[in-house]
Amino acid sequence: MNLLALSLPAVLAQSDSGDLLVAQNIAFGIIAATMLFSAWRVVSTNNIVHAALYLVIALAGVAAIFILLGAEFVGVTQILVYIGAVVVLFLFGIMLTRARLGDVESVDHENRLIAALTAVLLAVVMSYALIDSFGDTRIDIETPSTTQAVSDSIFSDYIIPFEAVSLLLLAALIGAIVVARREDGS
Amino acid sequence: MSVFAVDPLLAGEVGLEVLAVVLFKVLVVFVLLIVSVMLMIWAERKIISDMQNRIGPTRAGPWGILQTLADGLKLIFKEDLIPDNANRTVFKLAPLLTLVPAFLTFSIIPLGGDFTDKDGVISLFGNDTYLQLADPPIGLLLFLAMSSVAVYGIMLAGWSSGSKYPLLGSVRATSQMISYEAALGLTVAAVFLQSGSFSTHTIVSEQSVWQWNMWFTGFVPMAIFMIAATAELNRPPFDLVEAEQELVGGFHTEYSSIRFALFYLAEFMNTITISAIVVTIFLGGPNGPIFIDAVAWLWPILWFTVKLFALLFTFIWMRATLPRFRYDQLMDLGWKVLTPVALGWLLFLGARDVANDRGWNPVLVVGVAVTAFAVFGALLLRAVRMGKQVRELEEMRG
Repeated sequence: MNLLALSLPAVLAQSDSGDLLVAQNIAFGIIAATMLFSAWRVVSTNNIVHAALYLVIALAGVAAIFILLGAEFVGVTQILVYIGAVVVLFLFGIMLTRARLGDVESVDHENRLIAALTAVLLAVVMSYALIDSFGDTRIDIETPSTTQAVSDSIFSDYIIPFEAVSLLLLAALIGAIVVARREDGS
Repeated sequence: MSVFAVDPLLAGEVGLEVLAVVLFKVLVVFVLLIVSVMLMIWAERKIISDMQNRIGPTRAGPWGILQTLADGLKLIFKEDLIPDNANRTVFKLAPLLTLVPAFLTFSIIPLGGDFTDKDGVISLFGNDTYLQLADPPIGLLLFLAMSSVAVYGIMLAGWSSGSKYPLLGSVRATSQMISYEAALGLTVAAVFLQSGSFSTHTIVSEQSVWQWNMWFTGFVPMAIFMIAATAELNRPPFDLVEAEQELVGGFHTEYSSIRFALFYLAEFMNTITISAIVVTIFLGGPNGPIFIDAVAWLWPILWFTVKLFALLFTFIWMRATLPRFRYDQLMDLGWKVLTPVALGWLLFLGARDVANDRGWNPVLVVGVAVTAFAVFGALLLRAVRMGKQVRELEEMRG
């Protein structure tokens, strides 16, 4: 969140290199503002389903920014994975367990200060990692990254990390099934 | 801009004229979809009536063809009820969330254009363009994304109604749609493997007059796609979502007036869109022989329409013929049959491509593939059976 708020004026300032950049910057501004607002509503709303829906808007904003940067494969994958699967499962879980309507109960939690602190820390760490590794490298927006290029680099340069992540996900999946099945076993 | 530059219309300078052409295409696609939904609803009622020895709608217009229009007008003038318990914002949002993905998916369907000689390019008011609203390089991924976004409409409709039966209906719908998305995605992956592209335009131009992906991918992906699509659409025999004997009306029980009409429209619109997707990826899209050169532009559109009608008829036929599945049968079919078979078939197609590439002995490849299928199929069957036995044992004990 910090990173986005800081970089917005900076991006708007260097808009003299063509109409395209101006349009992209305006779009970025709108998307970023929407994302910030919905991210705030995710943690501030009292209705847990509304929170999930605001999360959808925030994630859709991420997808929109990816598409704006010409990384459309990543953008659509974002929609497929996060909006189409992760949040659907959130909502599914909510509906099966506590689907009461309206602001019946406060979803406020006593640990919110620690949570806020963690969020700020995470933002700082991630901003630092981003700035440290990329500095002021610019993305070439004019030539969009094709799906072929993405898959080529995943299945050649990054094949070992890719397989490691796949294995990790598989382990997490099996772990989740084991944990979920334990209660009726004994 | 280069993201959209695949269409020759947008390759050059984008001026007012180009914008007008694009707007025209948007209008045409919109009207086309609405009108075909109208006709589809009428055709479904008529054909099912015929199959059940009834007459069906006859009053509005010749052969009752305006029945949908009459129903739509009636629904618009009805009172728009919102239950006291409902979550108002979400209740109003849900019908739109089902309708919008249906429209968006239709924008990537190539409706016509001569793909044998001219690469699907047609001339519209002096501008070269494709006869499809958009041809994003991500093409079919958009379809997959939209079909997973479409879950939201049904899910939220059931939840926001604030009543028992809609909630049960939407829980059923969500789990059903998530389950069948796996099989759907895997069969679409088989098409990606065959065509080497996500773009619907490229997928169509990779096929030709009779050489369709249906043959190249060995028919199995198309069969699985059709079954999974029926489940995604919540159409009979997979309409547990609105099983009226069990759930009153399912997720849209509390909806009335125009909001109900929107759900109804979206359901049929999705049927048309998915049939169009099947035509595009498996049946060669608008590809077909061109007989009279004077009206050459007409033939691809005609072929597309004929293929589309054949598929829509199949969907209606299935609805009239097959009894509804039980819920556990539905889940078993999705997870224990369709998904493994789709995955295995994808591996087989991949092996075939590698074998072609390397020049391996085809007989040997097929032999190994069949053996592997048999072994893994037997293992899977055994695992399923053992799981069942364990469950029965547990039930007997506790």
